[in-house]
Amino acid sequence: MVSETPLLQLRGISKSYGSVQALSDVDFEIRDGEVMALVGDNGAGKTTLIKCIAGIHGYDQGEILFEGNPVSISGPKEAGRLGIEVVYQDLALCDNLDVVQNMYLGREERDWLWRLKEPPMEQHTAETLKSLAVTTIRSIRQPVASLSGGQRQSVAVAKAVQWNSKLVILDEPTAALGVAQTRQVLDLVKRLADQGLAVVLISHNLHDIFEVATRITVLRLGRDVGVYERATTTQQEVVHAITAGMPTKVAGIAETVPELAT
Amino acid sequence: MSSEADVAAPGIGLPPEQEAEVQAGVWRRALDNLRTGNLGILPIVLGLVLIVLFFTIKTPVFFTANNFNNIIIQMAGTCMLAFGVVFVLLLGEIDLSIGYLSGLGAVAVAEFQLPDSSHQYPGLVAIVLAVGLCAMLGGVQGTVVAKVGVPSFVVTLAGLLIFQGVILQVLEYYYFSHSAGWIIAGGVTALYAAMALAHVIGHRRAGVAIRDPYILLAKVVAVAVASFGTVGICNHANVPTGLPLAGVLVVIFLVGLTFLAKRTPFGRHVYAVGGNAEAARRAGINVARIRILVFVISGAMAGVGGIILAANVNSVDLNVGGGTLLLNAISAAVIGGVSLFGGRGEVRGAVIGSVVIATVANGLNTAGYKCHPPLRRHAGHRRAPPASALRALSR
Repeated sequence: MVSETPLLQLRGISKSYGSVQALSDVDFEIRDGEVMALVGDNGAGKTTLIKCIAGIHGYDQGEILFEGNPVSISGPKEAGRLGIEVVYQDLALCDNLDVVQNMYLGREERDWLWRLKEPPMEQHTAETLKSLAVTTIRSIRQPVASLSGGQRQSVAVAKAVQWNSKLVILDEPTAALGVAQTRQVLDLVKRLADQGLAVVLISHNLHDIFEVATRITVLRLGRDVGVYERATTTQQEVVHAITAGMPTKVAGIAETVPELAT
Repeated sequence: MSSEADVAAPGIGLPPEQEAEVQAGVWRRALDNLRTGNLGILPIVLGLVLIVLFFTIKTPVFFTANNFNNIIIQMAGTCMLAFGVVFVLLLGEIDLSIGYLSGLGAVAVAEFQLPDSSHQYPGLVAIVLAVGLCAMLGGVQGTVVAKVGVPSFVVTLAGLLIFQGVILQVLEYYYFSHSAGWIIAGGVTALYAAMALAHVIGHRRAGVAIRDPYILLAKVVAVAVASFGTVGICNHANVPTGLPLAGVLVVIFLVGLTFLAKRTPFGRHVYAVGGNAEAARRAGINVARIRILVFVISGAMAGVGGIILAANVNSVDLNVGGGTLLLNAISAAVIGGVSLFGGRGEVRGAVIGSVVIATVANGLNTAGYKCHPPLRRHAGHRRAPPASALRALSR
């Protein structure tokens, strides 16, 4: 089962873009081997929150604990060093490069002559894909442009997890995929959690979320309005939280419970 | 092939029968490529063969050893510029300044070894200084593109206007002796075979399958035939006999730049930035640095090309780097299969493209079609058109 100390814990994170308060006083946590879904309407602050975690931009207030220790994540490299990897919605793959080249982009292995060491990179890529049971890719030397949407998503996820990462954030991984390909990616998400990784899954598709998530964090208008256990909640309850949830804590007011209508 | 090598074959995790299908490989892949229109350099080579056939029928002086040497010399300068263009195009950028930058390189070489001046350097030093100057100017333009964010079209157009050049005297043209030519051909072949062997050993050791071993062998044979054949024809030529230095320079830069593009992290990053700059940035690649370095390469190659072109004519004048040179260099890269939109293409495309252009120009010239002198071969002291037009009017 999942461990007790959260792998990553955010406390009272606030962030504003000029006069727009994108996040106010948000708490968020995730444990090893857990799939935490992050849901909310457009503009609820999901992307802003993961950008804070990934070090794309800073936050105004609050603190981030990683494995129980306070950390400051100053940039994507720092996040990578901690073991946090993000798979963005637009995948960030280079279409003109092949699978191996994409997997190692920016972290190529080289010898003393500054030459690329292709054989070990190719071998490691094959092993990584195999360990994730990504078996539909015909050749890892074909350009990414020739892959299907599900295969591309698989490559992007494999690229993120191959560096012994501990936390993988997936930003709407199934948004542009068909039924079979969505299946493929959801299976991959489950396997990642089974291997002990913490997975943050951002999605608008509650059906997908209820299939793979352990817990669900709901954001609304830049505030967190509740964390739900998948086993004890219903889609209806989550939808209500997304559209009309009340903050679990408001400055000056004692702890409030989300008001649930039926 | 050992069975170990087969385990990590490209078709990972496929059922055995499909695995065999992947292995069946070469012909099937060729067929696939044919079907999907992914023909690589094949159409260009076919086109070149047709062009050669056409001019051979048209005129007896075209298909001769002498003219073969001529074509090498005529393509070399453009090819050097095109090498730089390949890298710029891979980024999805454009460099309009290379024409006049090459002129500037030629002028700089001449200036640095100007007799009876305070700065008469030996030839090689002058060349290094001139190429360094062009590389620096390319770097300045690249910095403006990468850091200020001005489109490369605008920056290098400004460069084009700035670099328009001056007059002077340069180096003599050089041909290798017959035996030196043979030694060079042998060296090239041996080096290529050694590289192929290292490739095989490297893959064996890592247990990664070697794709298409027969093609690899065929490539070694082809390189041997091409290098010995070229030297043979060049030695057979009699007006200036022997392998031209320019041809050797083209091969040296071809090998060096192909290595840079395909075998180093830098080259990989150039392709990545051209394919998806945002993805490259997120992968931790310093995109601005790559852009600047590519313009440095472009500038340096323009300098090299300019010096070769100037040596070709053995003089430099106001028109150096003007006219069709810029367009020819860019066309050479594009004919050679480099995409104008970035991320796709190979260094060797520059050679193939400039051979096509030089062959067409040379063929038209030898076949006696009236047109402008091809590639400025004899254009060193051509009068500026407006002047001659004025004279014609005043008569």
